[in-house]
Amino acid sequence: MADTVVHEHHDEVEGGKWDGGQRPMDASYGKLMMWYFLVSDAFTFAGFLIAYGTIRFSMPAWPVPDFVFAKAPFLDGDWPLIFVTFMTFVLIISSVTMVRAVQEGARENKRGVVFWMALTIVGGATFLGCQAWEWNTMINGEGVTVTKDPFSSHLENGTYLSGEDLLAADYLAHHVHTSPVEGVDESEVFYYVKNGTKDIEENRFFVKRDHHGHYHAGESFAVKDPYLITYGHDSHIYEPAAFKDENGEILKERDGPIAFGSLFFFITGFHGFHVLSGVVFLIIIMINVASGLYAKRKNGYEMVEKIGLYWHFVDLVWVFVFLCFYLL
Amino acid sequence: MATITTTKISETDLLIEEYGYDDHFHEHHDEDKFQSGFITTYIFSQDHKMIAKQFLITGMFWGVMGAMMSLVFRMQLGFPEESLMWLKPILGKWITVADGVGTLAPEFYYALVTIHGTVIVFFVLTAGLSGTFSNLLIPLQVGARDMASPLLNMLSYWFFFLAGAIMFASLFLSTGPFSGGWTAYPPLSALSQASAGSGAGMTMWTVSLVFFVVSVLLGGINYVTTVLNLRTKGMTMWRLPLTIWAFFITAILGILSFPVLVSAFFLLMCDRALQTSFFLSEIFVGGQALEHVGGSPILYQHLFWFLGHPEVYIIILPAMGIVSEVLSVHARKPIFGYRAMVYSILAIAFLSFIVWAHHMFMSGVNPFISNFFVIFTLIIAVPSAVKVFNWIATLYGGNIRFNAASLFSIGFVSMFISGGLTGIFLGNSAIDIQMHDTYFVVAHFHIVMGVAAFFGMFAGVYHWFPKMYARFMNETLGRIHFWGTLIGAYAVFWPMHYLGMAGVPRRYYSFDTFENFSHFANINKFITIAAVVVFALQVLFIINFFYSIFKGKKVTSRNPWGANTLEWTTPIEAGHGNWPGKIPAVQRWAYDYGKDGKDFISQIIPLSDGEKDNGDH
Repeated sequence: MADTVVHEHHDEVEGGKWDGGQRPMDASYGKLMMWYFLVSDAFTFAGFLIAYGTIRFSMPAWPVPDFVFAKAPFLDGDWPLIFVTFMTFVLIISSVTMVRAVQEGARENKRGVVFWMALTIVGGATFLGCQAWEWNTMINGEGVTVTKDPFSSHLENGTYLSGEDLLAADYLAHHVHTSPVEGVDESEVFYYVKNGTKDIEENRFFVKRDHHGHYHAGESFAVKDPYLITYGHDSHIYEPAAFKDENGEILKERDGPIAFGSLFFFITGFHGFHVLSGVVFLIIIMINVASGLYAKRKNGYEMVEKIGLYWHFVDLVWVFVFLCFYLL
Repeated sequence: MATITTTKISETDLLIEEYGYDDHFHEHHDEDKFQSGFITTYIFSQDHKMIAKQFLITGMFWGVMGAMMSLVFRMQLGFPEESLMWLKPILGKWITVADGVGTLAPEFYYALVTIHGTVIVFFVLTAGLSGTFSNLLIPLQVGARDMASPLLNMLSYWFFFLAGAIMFASLFLSTGPFSGGWTAYPPLSALSQASAGSGAGMTMWTVSLVFFVVSVLLGGINYVTTVLNLRTKGMTMWRLPLTIWAFFITAILGILSFPVLVSAFFLLMCDRALQTSFFLSEIFVGGQALEHVGGSPILYQHLFWFLGHPEVYIIILPAMGIVSEVLSVHARKPIFGYRAMVYSILAIAFLSFIVWAHHMFMSGVNPFISNFFVIFTLIIAVPSAVKVFNWIATLYGGNIRFNAASLFSIGFVSMFISGGLTGIFLGNSAIDIQMHDTYFVVAHFHIVMGVAAFFGMFAGVYHWFPKMYARFMNETLGRIHFWGTLIGAYAVFWPMHYLGMAGVPRRYYSFDTFENFSHFANINKFITIAAVVVFALQVLFIINFFYSIFKGKKVTSRNPWGANTLEWTTPIEAGHGNWPGKIPAVQRWAYDYGKDGKDFISQIIPLSDGEKDNGDH
């Protein structure tokens, strides 16, 4: 091992901590290196999040997270942010189990280290599995890709209209059809209202046309929604939300900014890659712990502490990613 | 030249034995596995001194490549009418022939300019300068056996090598290497159809630089950790030689700025490969509208220059550190204002992070934001001036030994002043409206961070060559190299100021269509001829370097310059672990020259009774 070559000659010389011959911060070179690596990695993530902020705030519109991240496995209907809350909870808990592993390491308790590291690995793997489900739902369910964002949002120059507003404006009378219509301009907005009624309070469906030219009913939404969010899945038509511009004209909104999807997949993907590499390293180090390699070093399982630093960092980054994409 | 008698050599050993620290290094017997055969000694070496040589020689290779590229495009600028048929055997299809007259292909001109900038900035002046001297000097001058992690140190070199290999391979692509400028602004860098080099050339350029950043980070993390944790007994921070301070702060700058460049490159890769639009807005290429919407090319510029400006100091700070040390040794005087030198390094490093947008005054950033950046840019002149005055004050009244190392150090100060003053012009956003993207800018940064950094590097090579190869470089050739390069570099870059003030834009392939620039043709000829001469002198340096490795005058005493720092207490040919026995303990700061009637007092000599250390307070 390379780290046996150079010996830090500490604890044997007198004098102040910064006077040479000592570790001024009571940290081994390996731990310092991990810290500096994390600092540099933090700057990489900072670069991404600054790019996120720059692009997002240059856009007239941005999707509302409550609508984008509303699906959860095993649950019907909308559960805004429930699933990502679960993911986040798992990741944070895995930091707690990591702390326990480090603590057991300081006590030179091999079995304890292995046990708590195993739980940490389970937590990390669960998070990755959740992320896979979320990506799949986003791409195949909601139709968000790096170049497509069916979710639009409010515009600076317009006021959003709810279903009632549209009804009051008699907009729907002209634009809502009770059944799918053939041969119409695909840029038009269509609502398919069940049972031939115009009771949009109860049942409203978007109509979309698939690539074969067939019309299908989309999903419904609650009328109290402040925004009319589109739910196009695999068609090329995404029904825009409606808003009223400065002159009182009722307008439709196009697709949301494509940067949403690109930033989401890129930044959560980059973070997920960190989690994945963390899990891989945790597994390697857990095997080394179990083999008794670190027990021989008699340094309080410092390697576990180092990977612990990395793991907490990955959690901390997630907090910022979570903030940017799910809360703001 | 101070020579040291045999008794003094043993005195050094006695001092180390008496006060030094025994880390039982040589009882482990495991060092042999690091230098046991040809491969572990010369190729996958983990010894910092060998890695330093690897960085230096690889850097020299890229220096020659970059310089030759500049000669080719200077030919085009100085002699646009001349036939370049004679370059056809080397450049092949990039010389287009019509009626027996060979002309440099315009797209290759841009590729040459781009790769020239990239390799000189990153491969030569970052890896070749900081990589070489941080590796060589940090363990030797702080009194360590090696870097904190020799393994990561070795990987740092090999990632650099890999980056270089990829960049080199990109030169041979049929579409040519990347040609959109060393800053790789989108859309030229983001759209593969934007220019010939924007396709595979740009892909390889990006991959190469990502590996390069890995190298810088591995190196930088190692340097910082070594300086903090592996200082020998008695080596307080205020006793560190200024070289170490400079490398230390340089490494911190690298750790904080290069990751942001990687952010930009990863986003750029997505724009290139996944059709995202981070840096691309509504755009037409070849009359065709692309689907990219909503991105911001200015965002790339911000991310790039957040690295790009600290990068300037990553290049110049090591040169400043080397010059401080070399000037002090050869002036036989303590460095003037040691603490002021350290504080000015810190101030420059801090300010370097809040001035990046001065590269973007004309990119459409808000003029009020420009004000902020103007002010901090101009404030950098203060610590820079502190350093310049301190160097001059160090020389003042010194018993100066004029040799190649000290001459290049003095030349560095000259270049830094000349180039620094024009920086004050350019740092003003109002003046920059006229000056931006002209030859004035080219002159400014070539003098202040190109030539000046090279001078620092040459000073370091001439000064520490005896430590690296146990031989001296040829002094006469060294002086010819210095005087020729000093005069030649000014001859190349001084006239460019006038071109720039007249508005001649940089990066233009030809000025045929600009009648008002036609009377500069002779200046361009003159610059090109001067560039050829300067290049010839660098060839002389390289001959001197390799000749001296094998045939140079042998070093006979372990401290040939009469210097105080610890590297001169090691054996003439230091093996792995640097000191054969104990590690020396440090008793005083590094700059006791001419104190108490003594020519110099090594750092390992204890303070005499009642003597006050000039470093610590």
